[in-house]
Amino acid sequence: MADMKRPAHPAPEATAPVGAAGSVRPAGLQPSRTVLDNGLAILVKEARTMPAVTINLAVRAGSACDPADSVGLAYFVSKTIDRGTERRSVDELAEELDGRGVSLSVNVTRHLLTISCTCLVDDFEAVLGLVGEIAMAPSFPPSEVETRRGEMVTAIRQDQDNPGVVAVEQLMATLYPNGHPYGRPAKGTVEGVGQLTRGDLARFHARWCAPGNAVLVAVGDVEAARMTDAASRVFAGWRGAADPAPMVAEPAPLTRRTRRVRPMMNKAQADIAYGFTTIARRDPAYDAYWLMNNILGQYAMGGRLGESIRERQGMAYYVFSSFDANVVAGPLFVRAGVNPANVDRAIESIDREMTAMAGKGVTDRELAESKQFLIGSMPRQLETNTGIASFLQMVEYFGLGLDYDVRLPELLRAVTRDEVDAAARRTLDADRAAVVIAGPYQDDGKP
Amino acid sequence: MPSPKRGQTGLYNPCMRVSRLDNGLRVIVQEVHTAPLASVWCWYGVGSKNETPGITGVSHWVEHMNFRGTRNIPRDQVKGIIEQFGGSWNGYTWIDETTYLETATRDALDRMLFIEAERMGNCLYDPEDCEAERTIIISELQGGENDPDQLLDQELTSTAFKAHPYRHPTIGWLADLQAMSRDDLYGHYRRYYVPGNATLVVVGDVETDDALRRVEAAFGRIPAVDPPRRPALSEPEQGGERRVVLRREGTTAYFKAGYHAPGVSDPDFFPVLVLDAVLTGAKGLNLWSSFRTPPPQRRARLYRALVERGLVSMVNGALLPTEQPFLYVISATVSAGASLADVEAATLAELDRVRREGITPDELLLAQKQLRARLVFENDSVTNIAHQLGYFATIASVDLYQGLASRVAAVTLDQVAAAATRYLATANQTIGWFEPELHG
Repeated sequence: MADMKRPAHPAPEATAPVGAAGSVRPAGLQPSRTVLDNGLAILVKEARTMPAVTINLAVRAGSACDPADSVGLAYFVSKTIDRGTERRSVDELAEELDGRGVSLSVNVTRHLLTISCTCLVDDFEAVLGLVGEIAMAPSFPPSEVETRRGEMVTAIRQDQDNPGVVAVEQLMATLYPNGHPYGRPAKGTVEGVGQLTRGDLARFHARWCAPGNAVLVAVGDVEAARMTDAASRVFAGWRGAADPAPMVAEPAPLTRRTRRVRPMMNKAQADIAYGFTTIARRDPAYDAYWLMNNILGQYAMGGRLGESIRERQGMAYYVFSSFDANVVAGPLFVRAGVNPANVDRAIESIDREMTAMAGKGVTDRELAESKQFLIGSMPRQLETNTGIASFLQMVEYFGLGLDYDVRLPELLRAVTRDEVDAAARRTLDADRAAVVIAGPYQDDGKP
Repeated sequence: MPSPKRGQTGLYNPCMRVSRLDNGLRVIVQEVHTAPLASVWCWYGVGSKNETPGITGVSHWVEHMNFRGTRNIPRDQVKGIIEQFGGSWNGYTWIDETTYLETATRDALDRMLFIEAERMGNCLYDPEDCEAERTIIISELQGGENDPDQLLDQELTSTAFKAHPYRHPTIGWLADLQAMSRDDLYGHYRRYYVPGNATLVVVGDVETDDALRRVEAAFGRIPAVDPPRRPALSEPEQGGERRVVLRREGTTAYFKAGYHAPGVSDPDFFPVLVLDAVLTGAKGLNLWSSFRTPPPQRRARLYRALVERGLVSMVNGALLPTEQPFLYVISATVSAGASLADVEAATLAELDRVRREGITPDELLLAQKQLRARLVFENDSVTNIAHQLGYFATIASVDLYQGLASRVAAVTLDQVAAAATRYLATANQTIGWFEPELHG
């Protein structure tokens, strides 16, 4: 049976640079990192692109923390956490944020609940204070809880009518069965959401939203010391300790091909989701998988899949693969939107590409091109305040080291063709793929 | 249009220059040295409003064809041509414009200019590629129709307009996509892809004089051709309320209310923009980036009247900058358990109130502050800055873009009240319902 792993803990101090001795290394982001006495990690980075600051607070309180009988709880918290605090009513909060042109986003992924926004430089301290209040002392007013519950129910119903969402949720449920946190829909179900109470929200917050479980990133046109000072003032009084992160099981790969059809006869186009489980983010093979996925379904509009299914056969407006290594083995999946008459042909083409890459591997040229692309993309990825903030959160969450942006090119350059081919052989097995079709398509009983 | 003249420049700020090549190509260069990147956009003054019945969707299909190889970039070398520089590329077509972009490290500048010069003059239109794109675009259309909100938007737009070509969707009508020929595509391409109908924008870590020399080298030999004359188009004034009701299988009801609205060069545009901020929150004016983050809207009137009362889970307003008068559209997702009729009544009651009473001084200040912030946020990258310069140059002028903040700041209470009275009139209104029928 699968082994169990806990999510990564806060990053260690920057690991020593690895690289050719004597080579000139770019300085990189060099964010400044501080850990408060209460355990909150603060990363700040000055960036002079515009008179604005991006604030991003990530707490290890994602949907993996949902109790088995309360699926959707983390998502519900994300919809209500900014609707009133112990000091301010929902109207007062709206006044403070809207009045500064700030729209706060609260997002939930499997492992993180993230509060983020961008504000003008002049508003930085005030807005940071509001973010702090929302994270530390939300009041979950009963009327707000009821209104947001209604919004969640509507959102779940919209998802049920969206073939793309239906296909991906069914794929994840197939790859991560038996109540695995990655296989559950983050929003939960209409019935389940109806059962959750205000007390559930408050308890979830108390249990998971604690300083030692959180990372604050600020990026913008403010001196680093001023940002750190402001963050220290806002969050110094945050108390409490989170429970140990929930255990997440390593998924077992499928032992045979699994095909599911979700007929939605009111739709014009069918959505295909096709995938496998892969590896964890901290696996040494990560960079090889990243490159493999780029060649398979990303490079230059959809990689090999795009070339075959879109460019040559004209079957789909979109086809691509995505790879999401996580705390435990994440998925690699292909998505395509095709005319219902082309569903079988499209799946056969995907099978063919999987078999080809698993059997013959990639070419030297493909590997060189994808390396050059991913390395060359770094300046674009790190151009904006929001891009830098997301990157720093990812680095911190997976403990990749503060110089990861500088080491990344070397890590990618070091990957060999054998390593990429091994990744393809290990994962891209059409006989053990999960395949889901959602849309105007009826099953003909095919395996 | 003044005759093109070499070296005719207008300095808007020390780092931005507008000039024109002899063949009529307008060139805008802005230096931004915060990252070692450059973004190149090539804009054409052609979109779905330049289409006639029978060839709806041709501009967008042409855009797709223009990624499929040129005389000097063979088909098999398209893949990776900009990725080698870590770059990204894309393009889009809308009602007034078609545009293409690359953003990559600054050493790719010549490569990006070469790609755009080839695209302007030398695309291939291989018949097999035309057929492959036909099915890709039909797939794109059907994917869009999977979304009831998008379907309703399309129906609402074609109901609100009866004469102006803004009425048909940019992707085109299915029958036209099935019937159009390679010659239709190629003819459209040759007619509109001429230097005098285009604007090239370069923004990033470049030196202006050097960049202009490179632009001249890449585009200077493309011959001048008279750009097609823009047809004079106008929509007759709407004589009374219109309504469209879609009844389809689905899980969720959607509501829309659309109003003929001023084009971006009309002095009324900015009062309506402020009005929208008061009703649904300030969005900004960047089609490429502003609508990816939700607006600050918790104090907005329709948010309070609809979302806070549990009638809808989402409400939004869209006043997009267009060359000619288009639509201001309010959209809402009806909550499970609420009725379309109640949502419509609550929406129209708020619109009626703003028509009668206008907005308050506090609301004006709030909207202006929000818009000022959004105008900053939407220029956070060389790609976004280049988009805004080219977009406004194509549908209006660079001057207008430079003056956005001051125009927003100059809006008065009386102007907003007058705009509300004029544009939110019942006779100017088109209501759209998507009424889901439960799966039998």
